[in-house]
Amino acid sequence: MPKLTAEIQLRTSPHLHTPRSVEMIMRHVVYAMLPLCAFGIYVFGISVVALLAVAVAACLATEHLCCHLAGRASSINDWSAVITGILLALTLPPGFPLWMTAVGGFVSIALGKMLFGGLGMNVFNPALVGRAFLQASFPVAITGYTPALSASRFTEFIPTTLTFPFLQPPSLTAWITAARVDSFAGATALMQQKFDRVTVELLPLFLGYESGSAGETSAILILLCGAYLAARKFLDWRIPVAMLGSAALAGQAFHLLNPAVYPNGAFVLGSGGLMLGAVFMATDMVSSPTTPLGVWIYGALMGLITVIIRFLGGLPEGVMYSILLGNAVAPLIDNITQPAIYGARKKAKVTA
Amino acid sequence: MFGFFSSKQHLSRGVHVPECKELTEHLPIRRLPFAPMLIVPLSQHSGAPAVALVKEGQEVVRGEPIARANGFVSVPMHAPATGRVERIALAPTSRGELQTAIYIKPWPSASQEVLYGADQDIEHMTPDGIIAAVQATGVVGLGGAAFPTHVKMKVPAGCTIDTIVVNGCECEPYLTTDHRVMAEYPQQVVHGARIMMKAMGAPKAIIGVEDNKMDAVEALRKAIGPATDVTVGVVEAKYPQGAEKMLIEVLLGRQVPSGGLPSEIGVAVFNVATLAQLGELLPRSQGLIERVITITGPAVSKPGNYLVALGTPLRWALEQAGCVDEPASVILGGPMMGPSCSSLDIPITKGVSGILVLTKKEVQARPKQVHPCIKCGACVEACPLHLNPSRMGLLARKERYEEMESDFHLNDCFECGCCSYVCPANIPLVQYFRVSKQMNRERKARERAQANG
Repeated sequence: MPKLTAEIQLRTSPHLHTPRSVEMIMRHVVYAMLPLCAFGIYVFGISVVALLAVAVAACLATEHLCCHLAGRASSINDWSAVITGILLALTLPPGFPLWMTAVGGFVSIALGKMLFGGLGMNVFNPALVGRAFLQASFPVAITGYTPALSASRFTEFIPTTLTFPFLQPPSLTAWITAARVDSFAGATALMQQKFDRVTVELLPLFLGYESGSAGETSAILILLCGAYLAARKFLDWRIPVAMLGSAALAGQAFHLLNPAVYPNGAFVLGSGGLMLGAVFMATDMVSSPTTPLGVWIYGALMGLITVIIRFLGGLPEGVMYSILLGNAVAPLIDNITQPAIYGARKKAKVTA
Repeated sequence: MFGFFSSKQHLSRGVHVPECKELTEHLPIRRLPFAPMLIVPLSQHSGAPAVALVKEGQEVVRGEPIARANGFVSVPMHAPATGRVERIALAPTSRGELQTAIYIKPWPSASQEVLYGADQDIEHMTPDGIIAAVQATGVVGLGGAAFPTHVKMKVPAGCTIDTIVVNGCECEPYLTTDHRVMAEYPQQVVHGARIMMKAMGAPKAIIGVEDNKMDAVEALRKAIGPATDVTVGVVEAKYPQGAEKMLIEVLLGRQVPSGGLPSEIGVAVFNVATLAQLGELLPRSQGLIERVITITGPAVSKPGNYLVALGTPLRWALEQAGCVDEPASVILGGPMMGPSCSSLDIPITKGVSGILVLTKKEVQARPKQVHPCIKCGACVEACPLHLNPSRMGLLARKERYEEMESDFHLNDCFECGCCSYVCPANIPLVQYFRVSKQMNRERKARERAQANG
């Protein structure tokens, strides 16, 4: 009989662990956003390539620097900074000046994430913190939208893209005219609807062949990518369902009250950043609630606020602020929706 | 909550873990030879240690009582082999502490037949008489808790038990002990259930079995025959279905009150292996001297379900099962809740339901880096008790142990391991909770000591 002489190790149970890891979840979110990047590049051209590259590089560099300053191991290998960079780029106009993009990436990570203590500690979605900072700092540049599918999009940058650092971008009017996109009014579907009461057709809106931010335009593609993540359980499907549902319902309610002023629910769903926000930003695990009831409340609240800002506020788009507001109240929602534990109900009855 | 869901007999929370039962689930129970030295600790159960009845040098017969119960919450010990008491001395145990044990050297030439015991008629015994007879067998919960069975049989004043739940779920991966006992000894299981019904005045019993053991279900149904007092309830295979509270909820739609006992809602739960032993031992008033153990895992070349004499040293049992490929971690019980043991020199006791041996490969495959909590909520979705492990983990890091107990029901946690299993950040949540509970216990003890001056 062979003798056993090996040393054995002491460990605490459970001795099994799921193959899932933080790094794996983040990596799959990045994978799911790649089709959106590709579509953005197809519609708006090489400016979007530069936009994405600068945003991601700025986020990674900032995270690495912050970790270095804090004297701890660099956390860029968990892929979360890549997500922030891609999300930030997708929400910006395609021709957004690159130096401003770099500032946005820095603010996203430094102010939105590392100041709170890094991954897991941030209250707000970092990409939206950066986006909000850019909107407040560069209100003109961030509304500099360009037409989709311009003929020269793969051969030249949109002129604003290469704005010299710390200078304001040039006017786009001459370039848009030269690009001979006659119908383009320099406005997104949301702007046209809000300020001119012109409602664009729904099909191109959902397909995404229209003016808008680099990666927000195709509602259908975003939905498909989100469905992949939800099917692999890398994303909580309840949040986008709640947010989109409440936005569509609220929008439709307004539309029924006054069809001349307010667009219908379908337009609300297909336009602006709602789809990208609901699928990829509101679902950011760190800044959303964890309780089963909480995620429904959180999603519904954000959908409602989006419609209120769009219809009743001064801005054409309200997704960014509605998600930031949702992030702010997520811990409170968590607190008031703590699950009733097993056996608690009956005990309450006994003591009552 | 929803009648529709509860009638489907599945657990709403919990996790699907790799079962790994195919290694041993079809292997019949085989007897392991006697080790050259058997070590019988006097404390193999929850409660007061037994008191030795034998002296060093004394000869004992297999099945003879060698230690008596010390009070009600205690059980006697019986000689696992015919032989000689070599010494009564300290022996290592699974928890790492040394405990008094009786060392018995089996005689190589003895027939090892159990001659000790006498027939008794359970039909004409009173409930208290049955409880005393169960205590005399030395049987404890064989599922792993090792709580004296007769103590659970004492119905608290003001409670009536209407249903005996027999736990044949065995939801821990790798383990197939209960599975084989149900498949091979269904008569004894059913007989044990009927003894419980008689002792506790319960009109019916339900045997809960997971749907990955349909051969056991068939064997049990055949053993029950046309009778309707005992039924088999098939439940979905999902961890931790075999936890008492989960099984009661799925089978009966009742919840055990937080901090309470199943008897408050008219239920008593017993493990199938426990009842099979009682069904076998009680009619002959014999003592518990051996049990079925699954010895399995990637480091074992002859995995199987072995009938092992209590007191068999772990090292010897593993050598018999062909465990030679460099074990890296030896776990007593299943991989989700079983503690890993510190020494191979400990004896196998009444509460050991399996031995899982992992190689370096599996031990190293477990991720080492711990990320911050990303609040993904996976643990909240997994917790069978609907607790919030995510929040408690954050509080534990901040050493806010009191808040965990008062606001987040820390003491309801039974350490099933689902939260740690699903955590993508690899946070050792269960270990945090064990430490937190201990810190709270120590704080309360300090406060009591201060209050008493």
